[in-house]
Amino acid sequence: MQKYSVFSLIKNAFKGHKDWEVAWKDPTPKKEYDVIIIGGGGHGLATAYYLAKEHNITKVAIIEKGWIGGGNVGRNTTIIRSNYMHDENGLFSEFGMDLWRNMSQDLNFNVMFSPRGIINLAHSDAQMNAYSRRGNSMRLNGIDAVLLNREEVKKIIPMADFSENVRFPIFGGLMQPSAGTARHDAVAWGYARQADSMGVDIIQNCEVTGFDVSNGKILGIRTSKGNIKAKKIGLCVAGSTNILAEKLNMTLPIETHLLQACVSEPIKPILDNVVTFGAGHFYCSQSDKGEMVMGGDLDGYNSYAQRGNLPTLQHVLTEGIAMFPFLSKLKMLRTWGGIMDMSMDGSPIIDKTHIEGLYLNCGWCYGGFKATPASGWTFAHTIAQDKPHELNAGYSLNRFSTGHLIDEKGLGTKTWIS
Amino acid sequence: MLHIKCPHCGLRSQNEFSYGGDATVKRPELNKEVSDKDWDNFVYLRKSPRGKHLELWQHISGCRQWIKVERDTLTHEIFKTLKANEEV
Repeated sequence: MQKYSVFSLIKNAFKGHKDWEVAWKDPTPKKEYDVIIIGGGGHGLATAYYLAKEHNITKVAIIEKGWIGGGNVGRNTTIIRSNYMHDENGLFSEFGMDLWRNMSQDLNFNVMFSPRGIINLAHSDAQMNAYSRRGNSMRLNGIDAVLLNREEVKKIIPMADFSENVRFPIFGGLMQPSAGTARHDAVAWGYARQADSMGVDIIQNCEVTGFDVSNGKILGIRTSKGNIKAKKIGLCVAGSTNILAEKLNMTLPIETHLLQACVSEPIKPILDNVVTFGAGHFYCSQSDKGEMVMGGDLDGYNSYAQRGNLPTLQHVLTEGIAMFPFLSKLKMLRTWGGIMDMSMDGSPIIDKTHIEGLYLNCGWCYGGFKATPASGWTFAHTIAQDKPHELNAGYSLNRFSTGHLIDEKGLGTKTWIS
Repeated sequence: MLHIKCPHCGLRSQNEFSYGGDATVKRPELNKEVSDKDWDNFVYLRKSPRGKHLELWQHISGCRQWIKVERDTLTHEIFKTLKANEEV
């Protein structure tokens, strides 16, 4: 594989950029693989990469219905954080933070990881207490957390509404300074390029139409490009999980819902951090191009549409304007939607299934992008060793029936209420 | 904007309604032994189909009645609306 560096850039510039190698090939599927990963999103690509890198399993195929970077990995708001209270989520995400910090070097691809810090705003004394509890839990797990009072928040984001007569005054906030953003496309491309270079076949425009299961053991898949055999198969398809589960006669604690995001026209640098509104559901950061990147609530009813509805956008941006009044002056540049695999306790599932050789990775809700490296790493471990790593042991499929929920927000099973 | 025909009030816009989830989920019968599996099914497991989905909505800013809506989860087309006690 051609190494990307400033020297290769200069060398290719002199040749008119005509000699760059393709970043990944476009192979026809082989008859059989050791492992097939269904879903060429961030998590699927990362899984294939860590299968090759950490476990030396390279006879791997990624089967993608669309194209690399076309799903949720290219549709999110690029936020990376580990500000969780529960041990399972905190330790898992903090493990991921280390992978994020080294990702550009590891993948030889600039993913533009920018640890700019995230601030969750608090709008009442009770919320300050809750944040102080969450912050303490985070610090016990080795995650950085700083509780900010109103004046400290004002120093960092003076453009927020600090006037006296607002409905939700800012009391303070919880900050994770090491959180940040990364360029989401680069994450997909970086993992795809490295996985490909280690022998993984990335097969795009190939839809899985069925599974071959015999005596409780997976034998292979049926696809629009023919049947492919495999010893092990990992499902990594986010919002499409239920569609494939139905083909396997499985019913899962997952509902598919639509989440929208949007960006404004680009403006000069104003916001250095990621900021979330605490009296509703709105988050905001500024991209390197200057666009304000914003998101919030689900559309609120089961949906596979991948495009959103205006009432939700209006609701979300009303919260945004309550927090940052200047947003009302900006024009909207783009809005888009992605379909989320909403689990019944808000936490993901990375586990084996009752079918031998079939592994499940789903339930990422709002937080799939930041989990990309840790999800791939632990899912690769789970597939290679045929047992979960201690980092994803809590993300079991049977925790719902045994009562070992990881209900970070205490929301219960109404997945569309956020 | 979805337009939902409330069986009590007529065609209204989506903002008057709040969502109530899958209407095909049935609570295990009262005063009978419930197995863990049945309870798990009822509380957590959802088919979440792509296509026709029968779901509950409440006309919260209208007549406040719960209704059933048969809707396509891919195209958002609404085929049928029913009173809560009616079957498809």
